[in-house]
Amino acid sequence: MSLKLGVPSKGRLMEKTFDWFSQRGIGLGRSGSEREYAGYVQGIDNVELVLLSAGEIPRELAAGRINLGVTGTDLVREKLGQWDSRVRELALLGFGQADLVLAVPGCWVDVNCLDDLDAAAAAFRLKHGFRLRIATKYHRLVREFLRDNGVADYQLVDSQGATEGTVKNETAEAIADITSTGDTLRANHLKILEDGLILRSQATLFKSRVAEMDEAERQTLAALLQKMKVD
Amino acid sequence: MSDRAAIRAEAARLRALFEAEGAQPVETPVLQPAEVLLDLYGEDIRARAYVTSDALRGEQMLRPDFTVPVVQMHMEHGAEPACYTYSGEVFRRQEDDPDRASEYMQVGFEVFERTAPEAADARVFGIIFNALKPLGLRAATGDIGILMAAVDALRTSEGRKRALRRHIWRPRRFRALMDRYAGRAPVPESRAALLAQSNPMAQAGPVIGMRGEDEIMSRINALREDAATAPISENEVALIDAILGVRETSDNALEHLRDIAVDLPAIQPAVERLARRLEALEARGIDVTKLDFEASYGRTNMEYYDGFVFGFYAENRPDLPPLASGGRYDALTRQLGRGREIPAVGGVVRPGLVVELGGLA
Repeated sequence: MSLKLGVPSKGRLMEKTFDWFSQRGIGLGRSGSEREYAGYVQGIDNVELVLLSAGEIPRELAAGRINLGVTGTDLVREKLGQWDSRVRELALLGFGQADLVLAVPGCWVDVNCLDDLDAAAAAFRLKHGFRLRIATKYHRLVREFLRDNGVADYQLVDSQGATEGTVKNETAEAIADITSTGDTLRANHLKILEDGLILRSQATLFKSRVAEMDEAERQTLAALLQKMKVD
Repeated sequence: MSDRAAIRAEAARLRALFEAEGAQPVETPVLQPAEVLLDLYGEDIRARAYVTSDALRGEQMLRPDFTVPVVQMHMEHGAEPACYTYSGEVFRRQEDDPDRASEYMQVGFEVFERTAPEAADARVFGIIFNALKPLGLRAATGDIGILMAAVDALRTSEGRKRALRRHIWRPRRFRALMDRYAGRAPVPESRAALLAQSNPMAQAGPVIGMRGEDEIMSRINALREDAATAPISENEVALIDAILGVRETSDNALEHLRDIAVDLPAIQPAVERLARRLEALEARGIDVTKLDFEASYGRTNMEYYDGFVFGFYAENRPDLPPLASGGRYDALTRQLGRGREIPAVGGVVRPGLVVELGGLA
């Protein structure tokens, strides 16, 4: 059986992943028509490329259906409880850097840190009759972060895209989202709280701790890692 | 007998025992409207309860405990005084600890009664204490009401007291607030800068979202008032610390708290409630000179308890959660009662853990 390597199926993340592997002597690429999700691996035998949505790679690793996978740290920590017992970080790939941050409207001059956010949330609930809404797709990470920091009287509302627009549209009062430069936040009149960094993330090569391997696959893995100089 | 059958049998025995003590058996649905629980516990409940939904009823939760539905049922059509027992599964998400059960049985005993609350506290505790006696457990007790009374008595602004009361169940936040109000922790730089500005909204940019400029200004005014408020005195901080540090057998704890009450007379009524509770426990044959009391017990996991709290632990099995726990939750009935309230106290036993320790039979 061949070793299965899961890689994001489109966009910059896919291209940069292909580049990273090719710099290490492993050629990855898509085969067939542009719309067909099939791929090839050159430079080593018995490795199969599996093209997947980056958001599904954590689940596939945890289920043991792929042996290796490239995805963001943020997605692994959000989607996998006890992530470090289910996958192992093999290499940080040095791209796809993004910070998961908590941001509020720039006009909230009275709110600059979590302590302020907590107090503003209490007052907001009294006045509006519901809890201050934070739009995000990172529910677990944000909830754990706010619990550890003793912020109460908020609620998370799900936002799978265009999260920065939710405040202006009045479907949320604050947001927790991934940002790399902060430009989108500023363009939407949002500012990051001083102590609002929830997680630093980047594209990472993970190995499943769950996937079973036979002797041949183990040898393939060792050869692959040696060739790429990853330990 | 399979584990499950043994647990059911143990649950039936416990429920029969509670019925013999005068409790009326009740049932509650497994699916609970998520809104009520979210409103009560906040977002944290999502980390603890399974949420499901359909297009008609919206979000529902698999019953994470019985207390809320039992209180609702009582507030709707219960006679007074009332005493209930129930037995069934509760469901808890366990994302961080694979060894903790995500589905387990609870058998509960709840008392709704206006007169003699300390006697009701002792009744609930005593019945569970006696039921679990063969297992040789350690009982832990506490009383959140004493800390609440101490906070109410602080000579500081109502806003500060409100903030402290709100975080009684989050000890780290409570400590951070105390440090700031006492002037021990520095004011955050950004806040100092904000308060130094004569027109803080000048650089604010466009006002977006539902939190309006009036709300922003009203918080700035509150911050200004707070900055002008004198720090909480060292003496009062020391008294709160002294209360939080009380951890000894109940008889000694009572003496210790009476000493503290000399300097902080406002906690006197709460301390006398503890005294009456200990008398009521003694009248039930419980040796209070061997009963542990910890003033900060129950501050982390039991958000709705606001008076007496207790838990039973297997000392040789530190890996197990408490076999039984409970307490007084007067404020919960106020929140769920839409204008009505009734003092209430109750507790639950986990028959699965009882079986794990060898059972009561």
